[in-house]
Amino acid sequence: MTTDTALLEVEDLHVTFPARTGTVAAVRGVSFTLGREKLGLVGESGSGKSITGRAILRLVPPPGQVRARRLVFDGCDLQALDARAMRAIRGERISMVMQDPKFSLNPVMTVGEQIAEAYRVHHRAGRREARRRALEMLAAVRIRDPERVYDAYPHEVSGGMGQRAMIAMMLIPGPDLLIADEPTSALDVTVQMQVLAILDDLVSERGMGLIFISHDLNLVASFCDRVLIMYGGRIVEVCDAQHLHEARHPYTRGLLNCLPRIDGDGRALPVLRRDPAWLAPARTAAARTP
Amino acid sequence: MTMRNNTDAAGADVAQAETACVNETWRAWLLSDQPHSRTQARLGCFYRTWAAFLENRLAVFGLAIVLGLVLMATFADVLAPTSPVVGGDLRTERLLPPSAAHWFGTDDQARDLFSRIVHGARLTLLVVALVALIATPIGLLVGTVAGYFGGLIDQALMRVTDIFLAFPRLILALAFVAALGPGIENAILAIAITSWPPYARIARAETLTIRNADYINAVRLQGASSLRIIWGHIVPLCISSVIIRVTLDMAGIILTAAGLGFLGLGAQPPLPEWGAMVASGRRYLIDYWWVATVPGIAIFVVSLGFNLLGDGLRDVFDPKAQK
Amino acid sequence: MTGTMAETASKAMIEVDDLHVTFGRGPRATHAVRGVGFRVAAGESYGLVGESGSGKSTVLRALAGLVEGWRGRMTVAGRVLGPRREAAFYKLVQMVFQDPYGSLHPRHTVERILSEPVAIHRLGAADRRIEQALGDVGLGPQFRYRYPHQLSGGQRQRVAIARALILEPKILLLDEPTSALDVSIQAEVLNLLARLKRERGLTYILVSHNLAVVAHMCTRLAVMNRGTIVEEMTVAQLRRGAPRHPYTKQLLTASRGYDRTAVDAFIDFAEAEAGSIART
Ligand SMILES: Nc1ncnc2c1ncn2[C@@H]1O[C@H](COP(=O)(O)OP(=O)(O)O)[C@@H](O)[C@H]1O
Ligand SMILES: Nc1ncnc2c1ncn2[C@@H]1O[C@H](COP(=O)(O)OP(=O)(O)O)[C@@H](O)[C@H]1O
Ligand SMILES: [Mg+2]
Ligand SMILES: [Mg+2]
Repeated sequence: MTTDTALLEVEDLHVTFPARTGTVAAVRGVSFTLGREKLGLVGESGSGKSITGRAILRLVPPPGQVRARRLVFDGCDLQALDARAMRAIRGERISMVMQDPKFSLNPVMTVGEQIAEAYRVHHRAGRREARRRALEMLAAVRIRDPERVYDAYPHEVSGGMGQRAMIAMMLIPGPDLLIADEPTSALDVTVQMQVLAILDDLVSERGMGLIFISHDLNLVASFCDRVLIMYGGRIVEVCDAQHLHEARHPYTRGLLNCLPRIDGDGRALPVLRRDPAWLAPARTAAARTP
Repeated sequence: MTMRNNTDAAGADVAQAETACVNETWRAWLLSDQPHSRTQARLGCFYRTWAAFLENRLAVFGLAIVLGLVLMATFADVLAPTSPVVGGDLRTERLLPPSAAHWFGTDDQARDLFSRIVHGARLTLLVVALVALIATPIGLLVGTVAGYFGGLIDQALMRVTDIFLAFPRLILALAFVAALGPGIENAILAIAITSWPPYARIARAETLTIRNADYINAVRLQGASSLRIIWGHIVPLCISSVIIRVTLDMAGIILTAAGLGFLGLGAQPPLPEWGAMVASGRRYLIDYWWVATVPGIAIFVVSLGFNLLGDGLRDVFDPKAQK
Repeated sequence: MTGTMAETASKAMIEVDDLHVTFGRGPRATHAVRGVGFRVAAGESYGLVGESGSGKSTVLRALAGLVEGWRGRMTVAGRVLGPRREAAFYKLVQMVFQDPYGSLHPRHTVERILSEPVAIHRLGAADRRIEQALGDVGLGPQFRYRYPHQLSGGQRQRVAIARALILEPKILLLDEPTSALDVSIQAEVLNLLARLKRERGLTYILVSHNLAVVAHMCTRLAVMNRGTIVEEMTVAQLRRGAPRHPYTKQLLTASRGYDRTAVDAFIDFAEAEAGSIART
């Protein structure tokens, strides 16, 4: 998992939202590069993870303002593209799995039709071909009975099934980069592991890049290659996933310590003490890959 | 969540602003995220709603019209230059066109139309207020009870509601008035009796979505009686959508009252009811247009005012309906 | 399992035997709970774990009297529960719900939320009780007049706990009390619950899909799958990695983090998944 061929470069990304009093800075100076690897983006809710992911795809909801010194995907400046070129990149080369499958799937189309449609948008293919591909994709995300799920409406499938269908839809155009925004938070642990295995295989088989957004440190530590820890719109620390448990930043340490453990002793959990200094603009350079 | 610490700082800011600008202090006090008393919490909540309402120009315009109607009704005796029922000289002052002396002209009984419109505001307001006061509680009660209990109670109450809904309102009101006899009181009663079903429907639908909410389960688990749950916990959540609907219906209610007046079944002459005024003026519509047109415009403006107000209330109270 | 029952039966605070809960009627009925039984001793913390839809919440709701159409036998503090609960029951048993955003009335201030139980049970001294309850859950008096939308998720959950405690119950039913919270806030709420239990000798039933949370808080737990308890054990047994049932083993493996090779061995225990409407 080397990052010599940078797939995505983000430098000094800022996202602000106008508010009743001044502006709210959701992302303040985030910089990182991504290779063909599994990059974890962790932090508590409101730390700006989703907005960072959306900013890459230029999907920040209005009236949000995005500003970055560099936002380059595979040699192509994302900020300079017009709306049409951006649409072509979205879906075909970069896909995003949103947090809640129920809101991202069209309720009046069957799951399968939507996946086939996603294929046809990016490839010249007939209906039959698209259907075959969609069924293949459903099987690839370990849906046991693809034919039945193909003809089911989103409300007729369970959360785990919906999320897997969503992933199938995002993967069928064969993107080079997948941004997965808490794709498994709503799922049960065992289903969660199965979905992660699918993503893992795709990264290793297709050489896809993955930005995996999550609030679960243990999960990210065991799943990703590299982890960015976000706090208050900033990246406060970058670690190798295997060495996350040796993280040095007090915020990361605090988050790790306050997790209850199966093998714990049941004593009071250490609580996180927030330090305003963590919000100071510092160490943006450290966020880049060495 | 990282903003939590700033709240204390905001408190200090409030203290500073006190000397600088009283207005700003009030605003800060009202908008405070940590109210110190029940009153402050209530007023703050109210102020936020009010500020949101003020942002909608059309709604403010609607409110201005409705307030204008209220003022006109209150000060009718002062505003009206002449009596609304006793006319002037029948030989010289009949059917005069609008002029400086008679702003809206006079009618066939030589009565000043402006005075009649001003006094008619009282009748219109009476109709609107009484219908709202009778129909809203009935609708709320029937709807929340049906929605909360479900089952047979729901079936029974909703079938009754359906029966009322099945008839066009004016026809049903006509039947009531025909049975009770013409007159403004009976017209009001008839309109009230025919307007509650939609409110019951709305209240029931809202109740169905909240009756299984965890905050309702929580009061159930405290041993609260059904009455307490409905009155204290469900009604406050239904009431805004019902009020919005009532406000939007006001135009229709005014028109129904006017329609009954027009048919001679509502207010009886010589009462200056706008609908009846249109009816009596229609004979002269070709030659003396103002006699029927002026009360017609009054009905239109007031209906519009209520509609705009209702739309504004909906925007404020029901964020789902917003773009 | 029978051995444990015999031990605790003497001083059991909660006994559930052969509980069945069915929602709806006819062909569309869901048999959500199928013959669940367990005992909880006074002062014990008992965990219920399992995947979503396994019926954990339904068991709690049946105990609390919030669902109709249950069969079986339930006793609380030695009293057999009937289809209706009397006022004394509510002073004994209270519940904390999963979603802190859905469990507080959106138009009521914290003060109103907390004064409601005092008024219902005519306890009097509402002012003092509210102040005390807020203090107990670590919220200052400045929170008293706020509306729920002026509170963070963790603060809301503290208000919900305060509301449950104000009637001074002996039993607290906790339905995923920290699932919607960030881990740092979860730690604070779990510590709070542990402290309250210590101070007041409360009995807890804690429902969670997170094995670590249950292991941290409880002494015994039951693993639920598709409406039944597949295994009951002590947390010590769980820590030793001694679960016998394959479903529990799988849950334990998954809870320990991602492991590519382990995933291939996973079995789908909730077979008819595609047909059922998800409730996550
Ligand atoms: N549509 C929006 N309008 C205003 N502020 C927003 C909006 N979306 C997000 N924010 C702000 O951006 C911050 C980061 O949000 P988000 O990226 O969704 O956090 P998370 O890390 O939980 O995914 C939040 O604190 C929020 O205040
Ligand atoms: N009010 C209800 N009406 C119909 N079915 C329900 C209702 N509540 C729960 N269920 C069903 O009962 C089963 C168990 O649900 P629940 O107890 O909420 O599971 P858990 O808490 O373990 O996630 C699910 O299949 C769910 O669909
Ligand atoms: Mg997010
Ligand atoms: Mg549940």
